[in-house]
Amino acid sequence: MRRTWWIYVIGALGLLAVAAPFLWMVLGSFKTQGELLRVPPTWWPDKPTTQNYRDLFGKASFPRYFLNSTVVALVVTAGNLTFCSMIGYALAKLRFKGRNALFVLVMATLMIPGMVTFVPLFVLVTNAGLANSYPGLILPFLVSPFGVFLMRQFFLGLPDDLMDAGRVDGTSELGIFARIMLPLTRPALATLGILTFLGSWNNFLWPLVVAQTEDKYTLPVALALYSTGQNAQNFGLLMAGAVVVVLPVLVMFLAFQRHVTKGIAITGLK
Amino acid sequence: MVHDTAPDEALRASSGGPPSGGGARTVRSRPRTRRLDRQTFAAWVLVLPFVLLFVAFTAGPVLGSLGMSFTDMRQRDLRTPFAVNGVGFDNYVKALSDETFRKAAFNTAYFVILGVPLTLVVALAAAVLLDRGVKRFQSLFKVGYYLPVVTSIVAIAVIWRFVLSPDAGLLNTVLGWVGIDGPNWLASRTWAMPSLIAMAVWRNFGSAMIIFLAGLQGIPASVEEAGQLDGASSWQRFRYLILPLLRPTVLFTSVTTGIGYLQFFEEPLVMTQGGPLNSTLSVSMYTYQQFGFGNYGLATSMAYILFVVIAVVTFIQFRLLREK
Repeated sequence: MRRTWWIYVIGALGLLAVAAPFLWMVLGSFKTQGELLRVPPTWWPDKPTTQNYRDLFGKASFPRYFLNSTVVALVVTAGNLTFCSMIGYALAKLRFKGRNALFVLVMATLMIPGMVTFVPLFVLVTNAGLANSYPGLILPFLVSPFGVFLMRQFFLGLPDDLMDAGRVDGTSELGIFARIMLPLTRPALATLGILTFLGSWNNFLWPLVVAQTEDKYTLPVALALYSTGQNAQNFGLLMAGAVVVVLPVLVMFLAFQRHVTKGIAITGLK
Repeated sequence: MVHDTAPDEALRASSGGPPSGGGARTVRSRPRTRRLDRQTFAAWVLVLPFVLLFVAFTAGPVLGSLGMSFTDMRQRDLRTPFAVNGVGFDNYVKALSDETFRKAAFNTAYFVILGVPLTLVVALAAAVLLDRGVKRFQSLFKVGYYLPVVTSIVAIAVIWRFVLSPDAGLLNTVLGWVGIDGPNWLASRTWAMPSLIAMAVWRNFGSAMIIFLAGLQGIPASVEEAGQLDGASSWQRFRYLILPLLRPTVLFTSVTTGIGYLQFFEEPLVMTQGGPLNSTLSVSMYTYQQFGFGNYGLATSMAYILFVVIAVVTFIQFRLLREK
Protein backbone atom coordinates (compact mmCIF):
# COMPACT_ATOMS: atom_id res chain seq x y z
CA MET A 1 0.00 0.00 0.00
CA ARG A 2 2.98 2.23 0.65
CA ARG A 3 3.71 2.36 -3.08
CA THR A 4 0.32 3.49 -4.27
CA TRP A 5 0.54 7.25 -3.71
CA TRP A 6 3.15 7.88 -6.38
CA ILE A 7 1.16 5.84 -8.90
CA TYR A 8 -1.68 8.27 -8.38
CA VAL A 9 0.72 11.19 -8.83
CA ILE A 10 1.93 9.81 -12.18
CA GLY A 11 -1.65 9.09 -13.24
CA ALA A 12 -2.74 12.60 -12.29
CA LEU A 13 0.19 14.18 -14.16
CA GLY A 14 -0.78 12.16 -17.22
CA LEU A 15 -4.36 13.31 -16.84
CA LEU A 16 -3.16 16.90 -16.62
CA ALA A 17 -1.14 16.50 -19.83
CA VAL A 18 -4.19 15.13 -21.61
CA ALA A 19 -6.66 17.63 -20.21
CA ALA A 20 -4.59 20.83 -20.17
CA PRO A 21 -5.06 21.65 -23.87
CA PHE A 22 -8.82 21.20 -23.46
CA LEU A 23 -8.96 23.42 -20.39
CA TRP A 24 -6.88 26.01 -22.17
CA MET A 25 -9.28 25.93 -25.09
CA VAL A 26 -12.32 26.51 -22.88
CA LEU A 27 -10.63 29.30 -20.91
CA GLY A 28 -9.25 30.82 -24.12
CA SER A 29 -12.70 31.03 -25.66
CA PHE A 30 -13.66 33.53 -22.95
CA LYS A 31 -10.64 35.78 -23.49
CA THR A 32 -10.36 38.89 -25.64
CA GLN A 33 -8.10 38.92 -28.69
CA GLY A 34 -5.72 41.23 -26.86
CA GLU A 35 -5.37 38.86 -23.93
CA LEU A 36 -4.86 35.85 -26.20
CA LEU A 37 -1.86 37.55 -27.81
CA ARG A 38 -0.28 38.56 -24.51
CA VAL A 39 3.22 37.24 -23.68
CA PRO A 40 3.51 35.47 -21.31
CA PRO A 41 0.03 33.97 -21.77
CA THR A 42 -2.57 34.09 -19.01
CA TRP A 43 -4.32 31.02 -17.60
CA TRP A 44 -7.56 32.45 -16.21
CA PRO A 45 -9.33 35.07 -18.38
CA ASP A 46 -8.60 38.57 -17.08
CA LYS A 47 -11.96 40.00 -18.08
CA PRO A 48 -14.14 37.06 -19.13
CA THR A 49 -16.23 37.84 -22.21
CA THR A 50 -18.82 35.92 -24.20
CA GLN A 51 -18.16 38.06 -27.27
CA ASN A 52 -16.52 35.16 -29.14
CA TYR A 53 -19.63 33.01 -28.78
CA ARG A 54 -21.90 35.88 -29.78
CA ASP A 55 -19.80 36.38 -32.93
CA LEU A 56 -19.88 32.68 -33.64
CA PHE A 57 -23.67 32.40 -33.47
CA GLY A 58 -24.41 35.89 -34.75
CA LYS A 59 -22.04 36.86 -37.54
CA ALA A 60 -20.85 33.39 -38.50
CA SER A 61 -23.43 30.78 -39.55
CA PHE A 62 -22.54 28.27 -36.84
CA PRO A 63 -26.16 27.34 -36.07
CA ARG A 64 -26.45 26.17 -39.68
CA TYR A 65 -23.25 24.10 -39.51
CA PHE A 66 -24.42 22.65 -36.21
CA LEU A 67 -27.71 21.61 -37.82
CA ASN A 68 -25.90 20.04 -40.80
CA SER A 69 -23.56 18.05 -38.57
CA THR A 70 -26.48 16.85 -36.46
CA VAL A 71 -28.67 15.78 -39.40
CA VAL A 72 -25.83 13.94 -41.14
CA ALA A 73 -24.69 12.19 -37.94
CA LEU A 74 -28.23 11.12 -36.98
CA VAL A 75 -29.07 9.65 -40.38
CA VAL A 76 -25.69 7.91 -40.68
CA THR A 77 -26.16 6.43 -37.20
CA ALA A 78 -29.69 5.24 -37.97
CA GLY A 79 -28.46 3.61 -41.19
CA ASN A 80 -25.62 1.79 -39.48
CA LEU A 81 -27.82 0.55 -36.64
CA THR A 82 -30.40 -0.80 -39.10
CA PHE A 83 -28.26 -2.29 -41.86
CA CYS A 84 -25.31 -3.53 -39.80
CA SER A 85 -27.57 -5.34 -37.33
CA MET A 86 -29.46 -6.94 -40.22
CA ILE A 87 -26.40 -8.32 -41.99
CA GLY A 88 -24.65 -9.02 -38.69
CA TYR A 89 -27.52 -11.30 -37.69
CA ALA A 90 -27.54 -13.05 -41.07
CA LEU A 91 -23.78 -13.64 -40.92
CA ALA A 92 -23.90 -14.96 -37.37
CA LYS A 93 -27.12 -16.96 -37.23
CA LEU A 94 -28.48 -17.88 -40.64
CA ARG A 95 -27.22 -20.49 -43.08
CA PHE A 96 -26.91 -19.37 -46.67
CA LYS A 97 -24.57 -19.84 -49.58
CA GLY A 98 -21.70 -17.38 -49.76
CA ARG A 99 -21.93 -16.42 -46.10
CA ASN A 100 -18.25 -16.88 -45.30
CA ALA A 101 -17.12 -15.31 -48.57
CA LEU A 102 -19.25 -12.26 -47.83
CA PHE A 103 -17.83 -11.94 -44.33
CA VAL A 104 -14.23 -12.24 -45.51
CA LEU A 105 -14.88 -9.69 -48.26
CA VAL A 106 -16.32 -7.15 -45.82
CA MET A 107 -13.49 -7.63 -43.34
CA ALA A 108 -10.86 -7.29 -46.07
CA THR A 109 -12.01 -3.74 -46.73
CA LEU A 110 -10.98 -2.75 -43.19
CA MET A 111 -7.40 -2.72 -44.41
CA ILE A 112 -8.03 -0.59 -47.50
CA PRO A 113 -6.92 3.02 -47.03
CA GLY A 114 -9.63 5.64 -47.37
CA MET A 115 -7.65 7.31 -50.13
CA VAL A 116 -8.21 4.30 -52.42
CA THR A 117 -11.97 4.78 -52.62
CA PHE A 118 -11.84 8.54 -52.33
CA VAL A 119 -11.36 9.57 -55.98
CA PRO A 120 -13.84 7.15 -57.62
CA LEU A 121 -16.35 7.95 -54.89
CA PHE A 122 -16.05 11.62 -55.73
CA VAL A 123 -16.51 10.88 -59.45
CA LEU A 124 -19.53 8.69 -58.65
CA VAL A 125 -21.22 11.19 -56.36
CA THR A 126 -20.61 14.06 -58.76
CA ASN A 127 -22.08 12.15 -61.73
CA ALA A 128 -25.06 11.04 -59.67
CA GLY A 129 -25.78 14.72 -59.07
CA LEU A 130 -25.23 14.32 -55.33
CA ALA A 131 -22.32 16.72 -54.87
CA ASN A 132 -23.11 19.44 -52.37
CA SER A 133 -26.19 17.64 -51.06
CA TYR A 134 -27.19 15.81 -47.87
CA PRO A 135 -27.44 12.44 -49.68
CA GLY A 136 -23.91 12.99 -50.99
CA LEU A 137 -22.69 13.57 -47.45
CA ILE A 138 -24.63 10.64 -45.99
CA LEU A 139 -24.91 7.73 -48.46
CA PRO A 140 -21.25 6.59 -48.50
CA PHE A 141 -21.31 6.18 -44.70
CA LEU A 142 -24.64 4.40 -44.15
CA VAL A 143 -22.89 1.08 -43.57
CA SER A 144 -19.46 0.22 -42.17
CA PRO A 145 -17.41 -3.00 -42.00
CA PHE A 146 -16.67 -2.23 -38.35
CA GLY A 147 -20.40 -2.12 -37.60
CA VAL A 148 -20.94 -5.46 -39.30
CA PHE A 149 -18.11 -7.01 -37.32
CA LEU A 150 -19.37 -5.64 -34.00
CA MET A 151 -22.95 -6.80 -34.54
CA ARG A 152 -21.89 -10.21 -35.86
CA GLN A 153 -19.68 -10.81 -32.82
CA PHE A 154 -22.53 -9.89 -30.52
CA PHE A 155 -25.12 -12.07 -32.28
CA LEU A 156 -22.67 -15.00 -32.18
CA GLY A 157 -22.80 -14.81 -28.40
CA LEU A 158 -26.60 -15.22 -28.24
CA PRO A 159 -27.94 -18.78 -27.83
CA ASP A 160 -29.59 -20.53 -30.79
CA ASP A 161 -32.29 -21.94 -28.50
CA LEU A 162 -34.13 -18.62 -28.63
CA MET A 163 -34.41 -18.84 -32.40
CA ASP A 164 -35.58 -22.45 -32.28
CA ALA A 165 -38.22 -21.53 -29.72
CA GLY A 166 -39.44 -18.80 -32.07
CA ARG A 167 -39.59 -21.25 -34.96
CA VAL A 168 -41.62 -23.72 -32.90
CA ASP A 169 -44.06 -20.91 -32.12
CA GLY A 170 -44.40 -20.28 -35.87
CA THR A 171 -42.64 -16.94 -35.90
CA SER A 172 -41.19 -16.06 -39.31
CA GLU A 173 -37.43 -15.83 -39.76
CA LEU A 174 -37.58 -12.06 -40.06
CA GLY A 175 -39.85 -11.92 -37.04
CA ILE A 176 -37.32 -13.93 -35.04
CA PHE A 177 -34.67 -11.38 -35.97
CA ALA A 178 -36.73 -8.28 -35.34
CA ARG A 179 -38.79 -9.29 -32.31
CA ILE A 180 -36.67 -11.86 -30.46
CA MET A 181 -32.99 -11.39 -31.24
CA LEU A 182 -32.61 -7.68 -32.02
CA PRO A 183 -33.95 -6.46 -28.64
CA LEU A 184 -31.25 -8.55 -26.94
CA THR A 185 -28.47 -6.65 -28.70
CA ARG A 186 -29.23 -3.32 -27.04
CA PRO A 187 -25.72 -3.00 -25.49
CA ALA A 188 -24.07 -3.61 -28.87
CA LEU A 189 -26.47 -1.20 -30.56
CA ALA A 190 -25.61 1.43 -27.97
CA THR A 191 -21.89 0.94 -28.64
CA LEU A 192 -22.31 1.03 -32.40
CA GLY A 193 -24.64 4.02 -32.21
CA ILE A 194 -22.36 6.15 -30.10
CA LEU A 195 -19.20 5.26 -32.05
CA THR A 196 -20.91 5.92 -35.38
CA PHE A 197 -22.29 9.23 -34.20
CA LEU A 198 -18.87 10.34 -32.94
CA GLY A 199 -17.21 9.20 -36.15
CA SER A 200 -19.70 11.04 -38.33
CA TRP A 201 -19.59 14.18 -36.21
CA ASN A 202 -15.80 14.30 -36.48
CA ASN A 203 -15.64 13.21 -40.13
CA PHE A 204 -13.65 15.79 -42.03
CA LEU A 205 -12.18 14.87 -45.41
CA TRP A 206 -15.33 13.78 -47.24
CA PRO A 207 -17.53 16.72 -46.20
CA LEU A 208 -14.61 19.04 -46.99
CA VAL A 209 -14.76 17.91 -50.62
CA VAL A 210 -18.50 17.28 -51.03
CA ALA A 211 -19.91 20.30 -49.18
CA GLN A 212 -19.11 23.08 -51.61
CA THR A 213 -21.33 25.91 -50.43
CA GLU A 214 -21.58 27.31 -46.95
CA ASP A 215 -25.13 26.07 -46.33
CA LYS A 216 -23.88 22.45 -46.52
CA TYR A 217 -20.75 22.81 -44.34
CA THR A 218 -20.48 20.59 -41.31
CA LEU A 219 -18.84 21.93 -38.14
CA PRO A 220 -15.31 20.51 -38.72
CA VAL A 221 -15.29 21.80 -42.31
CA ALA A 222 -16.39 25.26 -41.21
CA LEU A 223 -13.84 25.35 -38.38
CA ALA A 224 -11.03 24.22 -40.69
CA LEU A 225 -11.90 26.85 -43.28
CA TYR A 226 -12.18 29.54 -40.60
CA SER A 227 -8.80 28.60 -39.18
CA THR A 228 -7.07 28.92 -42.55
CA GLY A 229 -9.12 31.76 -44.04
CA GLN A 230 -9.55 35.40 -43.13
CA ASN A 231 -10.38 34.49 -39.52
CA ALA A 232 -7.08 32.64 -39.04
CA GLN A 233 -5.84 35.29 -36.63
CA ASN A 234 -9.12 35.63 -34.73
CA PHE A 235 -8.01 33.20 -32.02
CA GLY A 236 -10.92 33.79 -29.67
CA LEU A 237 -13.44 32.95 -32.39
CA LEU A 238 -11.50 29.79 -33.29
CA MET A 239 -11.30 28.68 -29.65
CA ALA A 240 -15.03 29.19 -29.24
CA GLY A 241 -15.60 27.30 -32.51
CA ALA A 242 -13.47 24.42 -31.24
CA VAL A 243 -15.51 24.34 -28.02
CA VAL A 244 -18.74 24.14 -30.03
CA VAL A 245 -17.34 21.25 -32.10
CA VAL A 246 -16.00 19.35 -29.08
CA LEU A 247 -18.64 19.95 -26.43
CA PRO A 248 -21.54 17.87 -27.84
CA VAL A 249 -19.39 14.76 -28.36
CA LEU A 250 -17.80 15.31 -24.98
CA VAL A 251 -21.15 15.32 -23.21
CA MET A 252 -22.33 12.36 -25.25
CA PHE A 253 -19.14 10.41 -24.63
CA LEU A 254 -19.26 11.03 -20.88
CA ALA A 255 -22.90 9.92 -20.77
CA PHE A 256 -22.25 6.69 -22.70
CA GLN A 257 -18.55 6.08 -21.95
CA ARG A 258 -19.19 2.61 -20.53
CA HIS A 259 -20.59 1.44 -23.89
CA VAL A 260 -17.71 2.99 -25.81
CA THR A 261 -14.90 1.45 -23.80
CA LYS A 262 -16.67 -1.91 -23.57
CA GLY A 263 -17.29 -2.00 -27.32
CA ILE A 264 -13.67 -1.18 -28.15
CA ALA A 265 -12.50 -3.91 -25.82
CA ILE A 266 -14.88 -6.48 -27.35
CA THR A 267 -13.69 -5.88 -30.90
CA GLY A 268 -10.09 -6.02 -29.76
CA LEU A 269 -10.24 -9.31 -27.96
CA LYS A 270 -12.23 -11.61 -30.21
CA MET B 1 -35.08 -10.77 -59.96
CA VAL B 2 -35.16 -10.52 -56.23
CA HIS B 3 -37.35 -7.45 -56.36
CA ASP B 4 -39.96 -9.22 -58.51
CA THR B 5 -40.56 -12.01 -56.06
CA ALA B 6 -39.95 -10.17 -52.83
CA PRO B 7 -43.51 -9.16 -51.79
CA ASP B 8 -44.85 -12.61 -52.46
CA GLU B 9 -41.99 -14.23 -50.59
CA ALA B 10 -42.24 -11.86 -47.69
CA LEU B 11 -45.92 -12.63 -47.31
CA ARG B 12 -45.16 -16.33 -47.28
CA ALA B 13 -42.30 -15.94 -44.86
CA SER B 14 -44.28 -13.86 -42.41
CA SER B 15 -47.49 -15.89 -42.58
CA GLY B 16 -45.47 -18.95 -41.67
CA GLY B 17 -47.86 -21.12 -43.67
CA PRO B 18 -46.84 -23.58 -46.36
CA PRO B 19 -45.63 -21.94 -49.55
CA SER B 20 -48.22 -21.88 -52.30
CA GLY B 21 -47.43 -23.84 -55.44
CA GLY B 22 -45.70 -22.38 -58.46
CA GLY B 23 -43.14 -19.59 -58.33
CA ALA B 24 -39.47 -19.87 -58.96
CA ARG B 25 -38.64 -22.18 -56.07
CA THR B 26 -39.57 -25.80 -55.79
CA VAL B 27 -41.78 -26.80 -52.92
CA ARG B 28 -40.28 -29.49 -50.75
CA SER B 29 -42.24 -31.50 -48.27
CA ARG B 30 -39.53 -32.16 -45.70
CA PRO B 31 -39.79 -29.41 -43.04
CA ARG B 32 -36.04 -29.20 -42.41
CA THR B 33 -35.25 -28.29 -45.99
CA ARG B 34 -38.09 -25.81 -46.08
CA ARG B 35 -36.74 -24.13 -42.99
CA LEU B 36 -33.34 -23.83 -44.59
CA ASP B 37 -34.99 -22.34 -47.63
CA ARG B 38 -36.80 -19.79 -45.55
CA GLN B 39 -33.51 -19.06 -43.83
CA THR B 40 -31.86 -18.42 -47.18
CA PHE B 41 -34.66 -16.07 -48.15
CA ALA B 42 -34.55 -14.22 -44.82
CA ALA B 43 -30.77 -13.98 -45.11
CA TRP B 44 -31.08 -12.35 -48.52
CA VAL B 45 -33.58 -9.82 -47.25
CA LEU B 46 -31.30 -8.97 -44.32
CA VAL B 47 -28.11 -8.84 -46.36
CA LEU B 48 -29.42 -6.98 -49.42
CA PRO B 49 -29.44 -3.34 -48.22
CA PHE B 50 -25.91 -3.66 -46.91
CA VAL B 51 -24.66 -5.38 -50.03
CA LEU B 52 -26.16 -2.74 -52.33
CA LEU B 53 -24.59 0.13 -50.35
CA PHE B 54 -21.33 -1.78 -49.96
CA VAL B 55 -21.05 -2.49 -53.68
CA ALA B 56 -21.92 1.08 -54.65
CA PHE B 57 -19.77 2.93 -52.14
CA THR B 58 -16.94 0.56 -51.17
CA ALA B 59 -16.34 -2.45 -53.41
CA GLY B 60 -17.19 -0.58 -56.61
CA PRO B 61 -14.89 2.36 -55.86
CA VAL B 62 -12.06 -0.01 -54.81
CA LEU B 63 -12.17 -1.63 -58.26
CA GLY B 64 -12.87 1.68 -59.98
CA SER B 65 -9.80 3.11 -58.35
CA LEU B 66 -7.66 0.24 -59.57
CA GLY B 67 -8.94 0.73 -63.14
CA MET B 68 -8.49 4.49 -62.90
CA SER B 69 -4.85 4.10 -61.85
CA PHE B 70 -4.05 2.66 -65.28
CA THR B 71 -5.61 5.57 -67.16
CA ASP B 72 -4.75 9.20 -67.84
CA MET B 73 -7.96 10.38 -66.15
CA ARG B 74 -7.95 14.03 -65.15
CA GLN B 75 -10.47 16.43 -63.75
CA ARG B 76 -11.80 17.38 -67.21
CA ASP B 77 -12.90 13.72 -67.59
CA LEU B 78 -15.03 13.96 -64.44
CA ARG B 79 -18.30 13.76 -66.38
CA THR B 80 -17.07 11.13 -68.83
CA PRO B 81 -15.07 8.73 -66.64
CA PHE B 82 -15.10 5.97 -69.26
CA ALA B 83 -13.77 8.07 -72.14
CA VAL B 84 -10.15 7.96 -70.98
CA ASN B 85 -7.03 6.32 -72.35
CA GLY B 86 -5.18 3.42 -70.81
CA VAL B 87 -1.56 4.24 -70.02
CA GLY B 88 -0.38 0.97 -68.49
CA PHE B 89 1.90 1.41 -65.51
CA ASP B 90 2.84 5.01 -66.42
CA ASN B 91 1.18 6.49 -63.32
CA TYR B 92 2.99 4.06 -61.03
CA VAL B 93 6.33 4.76 -62.70
CA LYS B 94 5.66 8.49 -62.48
CA ALA B 95 4.71 8.28 -58.80
CA LEU B 96 7.71 6.19 -57.78
CA SER B 97 10.18 8.40 -59.66
CA ASP B 98 8.65 11.60 -58.27
CA GLU B 99 11.05 13.27 -55.83
CA THR B 100 8.19 14.70 -53.75
CA PHE B 101 6.42 11.34 -53.53
CA ARG B 102 9.62 9.77 -52.20
CA LYS B 103 9.92 12.56 -49.68
CA ALA B 104 6.31 11.89 -48.64
CA ALA B 105 7.07 8.16 -48.36
CA PHE B 106 10.08 8.91 -46.17
CA ASN B 107 7.99 11.22 -43.96
CA THR B 108 5.27 8.57 -43.62
CA ALA B 109 7.86 5.94 -42.64
CA TYR B 110 9.34 8.38 -40.10
CA PHE B 111 5.90 8.99 -38.62
CA VAL B 112 5.02 5.28 -38.43
CA ILE B 113 8.37 3.96 -37.18
CA LEU B 114 8.49 6.45 -34.33
CA GLY B 115 4.77 6.95 -33.80
CA VAL B 116 3.50 3.37 -33.54
CA PRO B 117 5.96 2.11 -30.87
CA LEU B 118 5.62 5.33 -28.88
CA THR B 119 1.84 5.12 -28.95
CA LEU B 120 1.86 1.47 -27.89
CA VAL B 121 4.39 2.01 -25.10
CA VAL B 122 2.44 4.94 -23.66
CA ALA B 123 -0.81 2.99 -24.03
CA LEU B 124 0.63 -0.09 -22.33
CA ALA B 125 2.16 1.97 -19.52
CA ALA B 126 -1.16 3.71 -18.93
CA ALA B 127 -3.02 0.40 -18.99
CA VAL B 128 -0.63 -1.21 -16.47
CA LEU B 129 -0.87 1.89 -14.29
CA LEU B 130 -4.66 1.66 -14.25
CA ASP B 131 -4.80 -2.12 -13.90
CA ARG B 132 -2.25 -2.50 -11.11
CA GLY B 133 -2.10 0.80 -9.28
CA VAL B 134 -5.15 2.95 -9.72
CA LYS B 135 -8.11 1.23 -8.14
CA ARG B 136 -10.02 4.28 -6.98
CA PHE B 137 -11.24 6.67 -9.69
CA GLN B 138 -10.14 4.15 -12.32
CA SER B 139 -12.94 5.07 -14.73
CA LEU B 140 -12.17 8.78 -14.30
CA PHE B 141 -8.61 8.16 -15.50
CA LYS B 142 -9.79 5.84 -18.24
CA VAL B 143 -12.29 8.35 -19.59
CA GLY B 144 -9.80 11.19 -19.28
CA TYR B 145 -7.09 9.41 -21.23
CA TYR B 146 -9.62 8.40 -23.88
CA LEU B 147 -11.00 11.90 -24.36
CA PRO B 148 -8.70 13.03 -27.21
CA VAL B 149 -9.66 9.94 -29.25
CA VAL B 150 -13.26 11.10 -29.58
CA THR B 151 -12.37 14.73 -30.30
CA SER B 152 -12.49 16.22 -33.78
CA ILE B 153 -9.03 16.47 -35.34
CA VAL B 154 -9.88 19.94 -36.59
CA ALA B 155 -10.65 21.17 -33.10
CA ILE B 156 -7.51 19.47 -31.81
CA ALA B 157 -5.49 21.19 -34.53
CA VAL B 158 -6.86 24.58 -33.51
CA ILE B 159 -5.96 23.92 -29.87
CA TRP B 160 -2.52 22.46 -30.61
CA ARG B 161 -1.50 25.17 -33.02
CA PHE B 162 -2.12 27.48 -30.11
CA VAL B 163 -0.35 25.25 -27.59
CA LEU B 164 2.68 25.05 -29.90
CA SER B 165 2.76 28.70 -30.94
CA PRO B 166 6.24 30.17 -30.32
CA ASP B 167 5.60 33.06 -27.90
CA ALA B 168 2.11 32.89 -26.41
CA GLY B 169 2.05 29.07 -26.53
CA LEU B 170 1.39 26.85 -23.51
CA LEU B 171 4.28 24.48 -24.23
CA ASN B 172 7.00 27.11 -24.62
CA THR B 173 5.71 28.90 -21.52
CA VAL B 174 6.04 25.72 -19.48
CA LEU B 175 9.48 25.05 -20.99
CA GLY B 176 10.43 28.63 -20.12
CA TRP B 177 9.83 27.89 -16.41
CA VAL B 178 12.70 25.39 -16.50
CA GLY B 179 14.90 27.67 -18.58
CA ILE B 180 14.42 26.06 -21.99
CA ASP B 181 13.89 28.39 -24.94
CA GLY B 182 11.48 26.35 -27.09
CA PRO B 183 11.61 26.66 -30.88
CA ASN B 184 8.81 27.67 -33.24
CA TRP B 185 7.71 24.05 -33.37
CA LEU B 186 5.53 23.90 -36.47
CA ALA B 187 7.66 26.25 -38.56
CA SER B 188 10.87 24.28 -38.02
CA ARG B 189 11.89 21.60 -40.51
CA THR B 190 13.49 19.67 -37.66
CA TRP B 191 10.71 19.97 -35.11
CA ALA B 192 7.51 19.98 -37.18
CA MET B 193 7.40 16.22 -37.63
CA PRO B 194 8.26 15.32 -34.01
CA SER B 195 5.52 17.76 -32.98
CA LEU B 196 2.98 15.94 -35.15
CA ILE B 197 4.16 12.59 -33.76
CA ALA B 198 3.77 13.84 -30.19
CA MET B 199 0.31 15.10 -31.03
CA ALA B 200 -0.64 11.76 -32.62
CA VAL B 201 0.56 9.85 -29.55
CA TRP B 202 -1.37 12.24 -27.29
CA ARG B 203 -4.47 11.84 -29.42
CA ASN B 204 -4.45 8.08 -30.06
CA PHE B 205 -2.91 6.22 -27.13
CA GLY B 206 -6.31 6.06 -25.40
CA SER B 207 -7.82 3.52 -27.77
CA ALA B 208 -4.87 1.10 -27.55
CA MET B 209 -4.91 1.62 -23.76
CA ILE B 210 -8.54 0.43 -23.51
CA ILE B 211 -7.67 -2.73 -25.43
CA PHE B 212 -4.52 -3.40 -23.36
CA LEU B 213 -6.56 -2.86 -20.20
CA ALA B 214 -9.12 -5.44 -21.30
CA GLY B 215 -6.25 -7.81 -22.15
CA LEU B 216 -4.60 -7.31 -18.74
CA GLN B 217 -7.86 -7.84 -16.91
CA GLY B 218 -8.26 -11.14 -18.75
CA ILE B 219 -5.04 -12.50 -17.23
CA PRO B 220 -5.77 -14.45 -14.03
CA ALA B 221 -4.15 -13.17 -10.83
CA SER B 222 -2.68 -16.66 -10.26
CA VAL B 223 -0.11 -15.98 -12.99
CA GLU B 224 1.36 -13.08 -11.04
CA GLU B 225 1.13 -14.97 -7.76
CA ALA B 226 3.08 -17.88 -9.22
CA GLY B 227 5.79 -15.45 -10.28
CA GLN B 228 5.84 -13.88 -6.82
CA LEU B 229 6.31 -17.29 -5.20
CA ASP B 230 9.28 -17.92 -7.50
CA GLY B 231 10.77 -14.64 -6.33
CA ALA B 232 10.56 -12.80 -9.63
CA SER B 233 10.78 -9.02 -9.42
CA SER B 234 7.80 -7.00 -10.63
CA TRP B 235 9.67 -6.08 -13.85
CA GLN B 236 10.57 -9.75 -14.44
CA ARG B 237 6.96 -10.79 -13.82
CA PHE B 238 5.77 -8.21 -16.34
CA ARG B 239 8.42 -9.01 -18.93
CA TYR B 240 8.34 -12.81 -18.80
CA LEU B 241 4.84 -13.66 -17.58
CA ILE B 242 2.41 -10.89 -18.48
CA LEU B 243 3.83 -9.58 -21.75
CA PRO B 244 3.89 -12.99 -23.53
CA LEU B 245 0.24 -13.50 -22.55
CA LEU B 246 -0.57 -10.10 -24.05
CA ARG B 247 0.83 -11.11 -27.44
CA PRO B 248 -2.56 -11.27 -29.25
CA THR B 249 -3.49 -7.87 -27.85
CA VAL B 250 -0.14 -6.40 -28.89
CA LEU B 251 -0.67 -7.84 -32.37
CA PHE B 252 -4.13 -6.34 -32.65
CA THR B 253 -3.15 -2.89 -31.43
CA SER B 254 0.03 -2.74 -33.51
CA VAL B 255 -1.87 -3.75 -36.64
CA THR B 256 -4.70 -1.27 -36.16
CA THR B 257 -2.38 1.56 -35.07
CA GLY B 258 -0.04 0.76 -37.97
CA ILE B 259 -2.84 0.81 -40.55
CA GLY B 260 -4.07 4.12 -39.15
CA TYR B 261 -0.65 5.78 -38.97
CA LEU B 262 0.39 4.68 -42.46
CA GLN B 263 -2.56 6.73 -43.71
CA PHE B 264 -1.75 9.77 -41.60
CA PHE B 265 -3.24 12.73 -43.31
CA GLU B 266 -5.44 15.00 -41.26
CA GLU B 267 -2.71 16.10 -38.86
CA PRO B 268 -0.46 17.69 -41.51
CA LEU B 269 -3.46 18.90 -43.51
CA VAL B 270 -4.83 21.00 -40.68
CA MET B 271 -1.60 21.76 -38.79
CA THR B 272 1.12 22.43 -41.35
CA GLN B 273 -0.35 21.93 -44.85
CA GLY B 274 2.60 19.56 -45.30
CA GLY B 275 5.21 22.22 -44.63
CA PRO B 276 7.63 23.66 -43.88
CA LEU B 277 9.22 22.70 -47.23
CA ASN B 278 7.29 19.40 -47.43
CA SER B 279 8.87 18.19 -44.18
CA THR B 280 5.48 16.90 -42.92
CA LEU B 281 3.95 15.93 -46.27
CA SER B 282 2.56 12.37 -46.04
CA VAL B 283 1.70 9.93 -48.82
CA SER B 284 -2.04 10.29 -48.19
CA MET B 285 -1.74 14.04 -48.19
CA TYR B 286 0.30 14.13 -51.39
CA THR B 287 -2.31 11.85 -52.97
CA TYR B 288 -4.99 14.29 -51.89
CA GLN B 289 -2.98 17.17 -53.37
CA GLN B 290 -2.72 15.35 -56.70
CA PHE B 291 -6.49 14.86 -56.58
CA GLY B 292 -6.79 18.59 -55.96
CA PHE B 293 -4.59 19.32 -59.00
CA GLY B 294 -7.01 17.18 -61.02
CA ASN B 295 -4.56 14.29 -61.65
CA TYR B 296 -7.06 11.52 -60.84
CA GLY B 297 -5.16 8.67 -62.51
CA LEU B 298 -1.93 9.56 -60.74
CA ALA B 299 -3.71 10.04 -57.40
CA THR B 300 -5.33 6.59 -57.53
CA SER B 301 -2.01 4.93 -58.40
CA MET B 302 -0.44 6.56 -55.33
CA ALA B 303 -3.36 5.34 -53.20
CA TYR B 304 -2.81 1.80 -54.49
CA ILE B 305 0.91 1.94 -53.74
CA LEU B 306 -0.02 2.88 -50.17
CA PHE B 307 -2.54 0.04 -50.07
CA VAL B 308 0.12 -2.49 -51.10
CA VAL B 309 2.52 -1.13 -48.46
CA ILE B 310 -0.19 -1.40 -45.78
CA ALA B 311 -0.97 -4.98 -46.81
CA VAL B 312 2.73 -5.93 -46.70
CA VAL B 313 3.35 -4.26 -43.33
CA THR B 314 0.25 -5.90 -41.85
CA PHE B 315 1.39 -9.28 -43.15
CA ILE B 316 4.85 -8.80 -41.62
CA GLN B 317 3.31 -7.83 -38.28
CA PHE B 318 1.23 -11.01 -38.31
CA ARG B 319 4.33 -13.09 -39.05
CA LEU B 320 6.40 -11.48 -36.33
CA LEU B 321 3.78 -11.42 -33.59
CA ARG B 322 1.63 -14.49 -34.18
CA GLU B 323 1.42 -17.23 -31.57
CA LYS B 324 4.45 -19.47 -31.68
